[in-house]
Amino acid sequence: MAQLPASIDDTVKLLAHGEYVADRALATVVFLALRMGRPLLLEGEAGVGKTEIAKVLAGTLGRRLIRLQCYEGLDVSSAVYEWNYAGQMMAIRLAEAEGVVDRARLEDDIFSERYLVRRPLLQALSPDPAGAPVLLIDELDRTDEAFEAFLLEVLSDFQVTIPEFGTVKAPEKPIIVVTSNRTREIHDALKRRCLYHWVDYPDTERELAILRAKAPKAPARLSREIVAFVQAIRSQDLFKVPGVAETLDWASALVELDAVALDPALVSDTLGALLKYQDDIQAMQAGKAKAILDEIKAEATGKARAV
Amino acid sequence: MSDRPSVAETGGQGRLAENIAHFARALRAAGLPVGPGSVLDAVAAVEAARVGDRSDFYWSLHAVFVKKHEHSEIFQQAFRIFWRRKGMIEKIIASMSPRSPAAPGQEEKKPEAGALRVAEALLQSGREEDEPRQQDMEVSARLTVSEREVLQGKDFAQMTAAEIARAQRAITDLKLPDDEVRTRRMVAAVRGRRIDPRRSFRRSLRGGGAVIELAFHERALRHPPIVALCDISGSMSDYTRLFLHFLHTLTEQRRRVHTFLFGTRLTNVTRSLKSRDPDEALARCSAQVQDWSGGTRIGTCLHQFNREWSRRVLGQGAVVLLFTDGLERDGSAGLPREMERLHHSCRRLVWLNPLLRFDGFEAKAQGIRAMLPHVDEFRPIHNLASMEALALALAEDESGEADPRKWLKRVG
Repeated sequence: MAQLPASIDDTVKLLAHGEYVADRALATVVFLALRMGRPLLLEGEAGVGKTEIAKVLAGTLGRRLIRLQCYEGLDVSSAVYEWNYAGQMMAIRLAEAEGVVDRARLEDDIFSERYLVRRPLLQALSPDPAGAPVLLIDELDRTDEAFEAFLLEVLSDFQVTIPEFGTVKAPEKPIIVVTSNRTREIHDALKRRCLYHWVDYPDTERELAILRAKAPKAPARLSREIVAFVQAIRSQDLFKVPGVAETLDWASALVELDAVALDPALVSDTLGALLKYQDDIQAMQAGKAKAILDEIKAEATGKARAV
Repeated sequence: MSDRPSVAETGGQGRLAENIAHFARALRAAGLPVGPGSVLDAVAAVEAARVGDRSDFYWSLHAVFVKKHEHSEIFQQAFRIFWRRKGMIEKIIASMSPRSPAAPGQEEKKPEAGALRVAEALLQSGREEDEPRQQDMEVSARLTVSEREVLQGKDFAQMTAAEIARAQRAITDLKLPDDEVRTRRMVAAVRGRRIDPRRSFRRSLRGGGAVIELAFHERALRHPPIVALCDISGSMSDYTRLFLHFLHTLTEQRRRVHTFLFGTRLTNVTRSLKSRDPDEALARCSAQVQDWSGGTRIGTCLHQFNREWSRRVLGQGAVVLLFTDGLERDGSAGLPREMERLHHSCRRLVWLNPLLRFDGFEAKAQGIRAMLPHVDEFRPIHNLASMEALALALAEDESGEADPRKWLKRVG
């Protein structure tokens, strides 16, 4: 089990070790979340690497990753706990056959750990030999407000109350990462319990570093052109601008095609890896991709000459 | 405030806490929801982070105080002004080597020039304009049996100030739509087709497990979100105010109503409409908007909505109320595409057009022809009766009477 980082610099290193290139701001908030034992709420557009942070933390700290994918209608029985009804029924029948008459004892037996089915939230609160697990509550905005209320107890006191059983409290605070794509606003009561960070698209330098770490097979020149192109189209008027995940997808597609540099035909053939809306692809097809390409190439040669 | 001692003078942790508390107060004044709990958190964060430079200090406080992306900029401004003036950060982290400030310096937020004037103007304009119309109103009033009935059928544009006030009260009493959609969440039901194993089992255990008494559950119902896009251009001004009243009443009763105003630009006034008092809510809205009674750029504003808001507010089966006369200033080049996109992103798109009050209305204007194919319903909204009809129509699905196709056919 790895130690928690002792400083912000350590956090940057730790994340870099997990091939996550974080800027200082993100490292600060991750460090504080670990240090202060507070849940971390990450918001941002799709594909900027919010979920990845939890995975990398679990990987580098050697903790178990418990993931709760949110969806509409998520409820206690699939997120927190459920009783094993069949098992309980069997226990009752057996008790009857044996002639047990003590009702109180029977109830204690039936509502015991043995018949408790642990769902992600409860699992995250259970002791783990590798240290407290990393709990990833992914895309919280997909559930409704009612579910957020269940989370409040977990996020502030790291415990869950089961009416028939009692309160289960985590022996050690789990590392909680909550992500949201902001398809609706998360309630203030929940936000108040978390440290908040908006994960933005990376700048050129950081995106290049990410590409180097994640797609080492891409030739240097190709990587530079990919990043310059993606950065350029992020400033275009698109319905959904590509995130880092799309950049990486596109890079691996181009590597598979043995590309060494971008050219207009190649770009228009592989644009589907980068843009996911037909309108956006159309807007880029009509000569615009070529214009951007020319621009970034002119800039690159300009820089080379200056050096 | 002015005699706040600097950290260097005392050097203790107490001063740091005090300064952060002052900073929190400044943030609160700037409109960030900062509670006393977060001050304690902030002190703990700064201590835990053992800040090395200005940027670390900035992001540590940011992590605690900012809970919303939009607040980032306000925080940045407040941070810059507050901590620079006192030159405090350098003192706090005096023992470490200071680097250049990393807080990105963007341009200051523009003061909303004339916002107040606009608010005043808006509040007065209704009355002045209505003076000359008083006479023909009186004529029609003589014909009526009951005052309320007149009010029902009366065009909002022809109402006097007094009538508008009465209409506003009538709107408050309006029966609001009880439209409900099934969610994927289950609630207990007396009878039904789905068995709820959890409750069934608990019940049977109560009786010792001998008999299994079945309990049922069903899908929970709830109001879908309503998103109103409301045109505030000059041609609509007589209707906008009362429609906003309608939205305010709606906002009070249901949880998820989002309101956007647009003329030449798009403004989200959802928060402003949440004030309890309708007049205050409207005054807040008008203070927030800068393009009252100007022209309309429907295409541009819809584009902005589609890009920036549609994914945030149109989830979970939203109904969109598009309130506009469809008279586009900029030509209708991009309009069909934006309408189509909007139509695809919501469950139901209802176009409310006060122009429909004219019997001879024909869908001739270019903007109207561009928009009609992409709406589910096309309804008038010029008097209380039509507002009531809208409330009813929202409650029941697709009666067919507001089908936009019939308007298109009529023109041929």
